[in-house]
Amino acid sequence: MDRLTYIIVAVAAYLILAPLAGGLLAGVDRRITARMQGRVGPPILQPFYDVFKLFEKEGITVNKVQDFYIQCFLIFIVITGCFFFAGGDLLLIIFTLTLASIFLIVAAFSSNSPYAQIGAERELLQMMAYEPMVLITAIGFYLVYGTFNISDVVAGGGPAIVYLPGIFIGFVYILTIKLRKSPFDLSMSHHGHQELVKGLTTEFSGKTLALIEIAHWYENIFLMGFVYLFFAWSAPWSPILAVLICCIIYFLEIFIDNNEARVKWQLAINTSWIAAATLGFVNMLVLYFIVF
Amino acid sequence: MMSYVTKSPWIIHYDGSSCNGCDIEVLACLTPMYDVERFGIINTGNPKHADIFLLTGSVNEQNIPVIKQIYEQMPEPKVVVAIGICATSGGIFAECYNVQGGSDKVVPVDVYVPGCAARPEAIIDGVVKGLGVLAEKRAAMVKK
Ligand code: SF4
Repeated sequence: MDRLTYIIVAVAAYLILAPLAGGLLAGVDRRITARMQGRVGPPILQPFYDVFKLFEKEGITVNKVQDFYIQCFLIFIVITGCFFFAGGDLLLIIFTLTLASIFLIVAAFSSNSPYAQIGAERELLQMMAYEPMVLITAIGFYLVYGTFNISDVVAGGGPAIVYLPGIFIGFVYILTIKLRKSPFDLSMSHHGHQELVKGLTTEFSGKTLALIEIAHWYENIFLMGFVYLFFAWSAPWSPILAVLICCIIYFLEIFIDNNEARVKWQLAINTSWIAAATLGFVNMLVLYFIVF
Repeated sequence: MMSYVTKSPWIIHYDGSSCNGCDIEVLACLTPMYDVERFGIINTGNPKHADIFLLTGSVNEQNIPVIKQIYEQMPEPKVVVAIGICATSGGIFAECYNVQGGSDKVVPVDVYVPGCAARPEAIIDGVVKGLGVLAEKRAAMVKK
């Protein structure tokens, strides 16, 4: 298969399969969460019912631009994932992801609701918390493989985890923020629907809210792809191992989600930066000594 | 066509002038014992996300604008379920100088759940009745 056909197939597969897989993952997540809390939990397909329902609702927007920003948010999340699964450039991917998040924040800021504004502010703080570690992850891949290109990383020698164990742990640490899991679910939690931790979505309803949910599915699959990257190499059975580890990591996140009390944003930022400065930085230093 | 509103009813709950008995029974529905999330029900606390408005307690002068505002902020289709005798008619508070009566004095109520306090089973039953109304309203919306 030449490069172009591969890209087309990968992008098409991501566009179609990611929301399906992401929705299912969310359904399984809610089910496992319920079981951990001693409940039965909703059907596995519940996230799809929710989104279809939201599409059936009347559209209420507080201003003209809100919907546009949310559409941009979804589009840029999708583009991020497309770049990623097509084997694009890691730096470009990180910056499109940041751009997408900015659109979500701007959408929340565009309404004058204090809940939405505090939610948006918290989202910004969360971004500040995870950005350094994400960048260090990209740099780590560069140090090992000498390229930011994902297709070359996957085709490279051994799995990246061998060289990047510290960076991997640091990445999983900030993954909790990105997956919107407790203790770091400050702006758009899966729980606490009556609380400020849902602040970011306060002013979105109906179709707009559905788009945010779909974007979240796309994003989760993309993030799992990132975990996959640490365990992928040229061996034929490596994809199975990598997918298995993605499942384990996601389960771990659900476990943490249900067992950790939510922390203040100060702690979220401090600990993520400490994780980046110790795990990430030390790992990079070691790599420098190995490479040179 | 089957409507998805009945499969994922999100509720918002408001407690007016009451003894808080029904209020607590509504929250009891969310506990592992009754676990209404089985039916996709989520207690949103945000009128813009809600499909079903659960009202407990009677209506007094102070909460009329609050109830009105919550109702108006909910996107169509929406259903109001009055829970407990207070929300139905004012109940034991009906004679109070500040109490106007049941919640139907302010918003159109679709389902009345009797009881003082209404049992969680009755509340769930009321919500399920509300789903039927919700589906009808959705069908009317599609026709329009
Ligand atoms: S109906 Fe009875 S239990 Fe319910 S709020 Fe009124 S007084 Fe309390």
